[in-house]
Amino acid sequence: MSAAEAVHGAAAAVHGAAPSGGLAIDPMHQFHISTIYPLHIGGFDVSFTNSAMWMVIVAAAISLLTIAGMGKRSLVPGRWQSVAELSYEFVSNMLRDNVGDAGKRFFPFVFTLFMFVLFCNMGGMLPYSFTVTSHIIVTFGLAMFIFLGVTVLGFAVHGLHFFHFFVPKGVPAALLPLLVVIEVISYLTRPISLSVRLFANMMAGHTMLKVFAGFVIAMGWAGGFLPLAFMVAFTGLEILVAFLQAYVFAILTCIYLNDALHMH
Amino acid sequence: MEPAAAKLIGAGIACIALAGAGVGIGTIFGNYLAGALRNPAAAPAQFPNLLLGFALAEATGLFGLVVALILLFVI
Repeated sequence: MSAAEAVHGAAAAVHGAAPSGGLAIDPMHQFHISTIYPLHIGGFDVSFTNSAMWMVIVAAAISLLTIAGMGKRSLVPGRWQSVAELSYEFVSNMLRDNVGDAGKRFFPFVFTLFMFVLFCNMGGMLPYSFTVTSHIIVTFGLAMFIFLGVTVLGFAVHGLHFFHFFVPKGVPAALLPLLVVIEVISYLTRPISLSVRLFANMMAGHTMLKVFAGFVIAMGWAGGFLPLAFMVAFTGLEILVAFLQAYVFAILTCIYLNDALHMH
Repeated sequence: MEPAAAKLIGAGIACIALAGAGVGIGTIFGNYLAGALRNPAAAPAQFPNLLLGFALAEATGLFGLVVALILLFVI
């Protein structure tokens, strides 16, 4: 541990030398989960945390946007109604392009999923906020739910015929034992890749922003403007990534749904 | 070698994965631009695929970053 301590000591020394009063910044502190209202039921810790609070805020914001936005239902939409209609159309088009007409009945699910992930990511870009999707347990919960749901759907639609999904067509019979194993493994890693993609993007982006914020303070009044300019650019990039990851999460859900409904 | 030092070196090596992500993202955007300049009319229809490919390529690099973070903070 001595090497790690030496590194931390050096970092602290750099921050300590900063003219702004030695503000050591821990880039991982923003992911800290703090309990707001402690609650224990049957041996389980189900406390109301800042993560839960931000999920409630996100759910309330989405409800406000969609319910209040569509409240008037005017023929010429106002600003709020436009946003609600745009998001509806966006997900609807995504579902139609990737799944087809059979995907219509899964629209509420995909819409809720997309809006939840999008608002969690975007809410994380607010100063002093908490990024719900930067915790792997949240994204893994979502991904595992999608994976199990899609698998159950596949068996419900195709019955045992769904196992044909793992047998690629037009392959020499000698290669089949190998390829089937690969297909099964690639199918089983879907929840992991889906959740780690979202979680890693969010966590890496926010850590990077915080590290650069540390540079701004460490370099002081004179040199701090260069990393500050980078910060502005990176914040723009992070907002793009926040949207992009929500989009990718939703579109991969559509692709998995299409696989379950139509197989190959 | 001290375990702590090995941990830090391993985390550094794991970040080489980001080089692969860089190559992948460059390939995707380069090929998209090349295709879009040849046939600009077909370009907007492929924009969602561009974003999807970008996110998939970026994610593979971030898996390496996750390995690095696990080495640093979990093990």
